Amino acid sequence: MTTRLAWRARVAVGCVVTVNYFSRRLGRGAGTVAGGRVGLALEPRLLRALTRSRTVVLVSGTNGKTTTSALLRAGWGDDVAGNVTGANMPAGHVAALATSRAARVVLETDEAWLPSVLADADPAVVVLLNLSRDQLDRANEVRQLAQRWRDCLAAPQFTGVVVANSNDPLVVFAAQASERVRWVDVPTPWRGDAASCPHCTRALDFADRGWSCACGFAQPTPPTATLREELHFSSQSFRLDLAVPGMFNEVNAALATVALVELGQDPGEALARMRRLDTIQGRYGLRRFGERTVRLMLAKNPAGATALLESLSEGEVWIAINAQIADGKDPSWLYDVPFGVLRGRRVRCLGERRLDLATRLTYAGVQCEVSDDVDALRRGTDDVTVVANYTAFREWLARTAPC
Amino acid sequence: MLRLAVVFPDLLGTYGDGGNGEVLAARAGARGMDVEVLDVTIGSGLPGADLYLLGGGEDGPQRLACDLLAEGGLLERYRDGAHVFAVCAGLQILGTSFSVEGDASYPGLGVVAATTTRGPSRSVGDLATLVQGRMMVGFENHGGDTVLGADLSPLGDVVIGRGNDGRVDGYAGPRVWATYAHGPVLAQNPWLADEILARVSGRTLAPWPSVADRLYAERCAQLSSRRPDADRTAGRR
Ligand SMILES: [Zn+2]
Repeated sequence: MTTRLAWRARVAVGCVVTVNYFSRRLGRGAGTVAGGRVGLALEPRLLRALTRSRTVVLVSGTNGKTTTSALLRAGWGDDVAGNVTGANMPAGHVAALATSRAARVVLETDEAWLPSVLADADPAVVVLLNLSRDQLDRANEVRQLAQRWRDCLAAPQFTGVVVANSNDPLVVFAAQASERVRWVDVPTPWRGDAASCPHCTRALDFADRGWSCACGFAQPTPPTATLREELHFSSQSFRLDLAVPGMFNEVNAALATVALVELGQDPGEALARMRRLDTIQGRYGLRRFGERTVRLMLAKNPAGATALLESLSEGEVWIAINAQIADGKDPSWLYDVPFGVLRGRRVRCLGERRLDLATRLTYAGVQCEVSDDVDALRRGTDDVTVVANYTAFREWLARTAPC
Repeated sequence: MLRLAVVFPDLLGTYGDGGNGEVLAARAGARGMDVEVLDVTIGSGLPGADLYLLGGGEDGPQRLACDLLAEGGLLERYRDGAHVFAVCAGLQILGTSFSVEGDASYPGLGVVAATTTRGPSRSVGDLATLVQGRMMVGFENHGGDTVLGADLSPLGDVVIGRGNDGRVDGYAGPRVWATYAHGPVLAQNPWLADEILARVSGRTLAPWPSVADRLYAERCAQLSSRRPDADRTAGRR
């Protein structure tokens, strides 16, 4: 930890803390990345230095990283360090670790950065949630990403345990490179990126008993744990009863529970601690918007939006879509989302690309209104779920206050 | 009955390309046409259709889709009178050859005389093409350089973006249209959707106003106010 670091790393840590202190005072965001960048420039091995002699869990995947990391921290007990603001590349990681001496660390990790962070942080457990198309105008083709994961998990230096979703063929393709995998069989509705086999490109066959390919690549069995109505795990069953909504969050909690058992935690006690979590960075909890109560949900890619639409509560649905660099500049992905489930509901289109959204909804047979004036919506009594992509979500977070 | 076949959405559908079928079906339905959308999945063979829609895909799936379309006889169906609309990887597959992983050349379907090689860099950004005096707006994300044979006309001239080679985009034949604008390009360009629909159905279409017209007007206004090629990113490859 900090006291045992070499002088160069100590200087770098000092810079991380100082730069972040000033960037927060100057009002430049949460102040978690600027200092981290300075620290890594001074000492490129800073992440390695800061994770040495701590127990590290990495969480990666296209969807659910932030929530799963929060569930892991909550379930692990007190004093767990982590990149809680969601800055999930090394600059965010070193910033989080520079200000905490906690021996337990959970790092949410960007999919593309997983190989490099894995090499530096020497994790005890790596949680792999899912892999699907996201922000494709950045040219992150998911199959290439799966191959890079596979390569890093096969490296002899990596001695940790992999906790992986056995229902996602691309995750399985990557995780099978490791000899120490705990497979978790969880509902995974999105199949859009795994129709053809990652080994031989033939069509994968999805059956009730699991998926398989003619080349022999198949869903690994038996799993360590299975999530259906309850989480079935070493001949016990646990009700999840989470405070955060949706089947996709039960999936996240199932993977987090298996990871915590690997770290010596009791599954029942870990789940009891996870149940206390009801809002994560403004998501899921109720917030105030003028006279209205709104619930903010983040959906930034087809798989995430598909999962979220399946578990919407009653009331109006407002969808806010932007297409800035952080969102991906191309909103074509809206056509991969089965918006038809919204037919018959009251739907408003918001955000910079509200006309793209309204066009997409119209072609899906969903009647909707285009709202050009957001502030006019503050008056009203109906409950609202706001579904927003990345930068639109940040705008909504700023526009609303916790209840 | 108008039959629209969305070809292998599980292989060629990386960027919401399946939306083009939905757009045509909705616009045909609004004009009182009887229309059926066939989702052609891997292993289901190639059914008969009036229009085949091809999307974009990653390298491995692109080769597989090409093999399956050759087996399924897309070329013969085109010669027998079917229409084809293709974007991105679909544009490359219809040609005589294309290059994917490792620069190895792969034989295409030979529906048109177009050859695609790997370009020097990937082109990611807005694409605007002038098609017979009308603006087509879209988004491209590809690394191909496509050269057209002497008898094959481009779809139009590139105004913003790269298209085939920085000068022209796609190609247009008697029953075939192709563009590098991926995803639901027909959603953003209702006039192009109607033109294709009119040709495939052999009917004259009454106007059908919708929010898509507002979207098209907005995209045209945004792109025409911008300097050509500003704000573009060159990716890997
Ligand atoms: Zn296979």
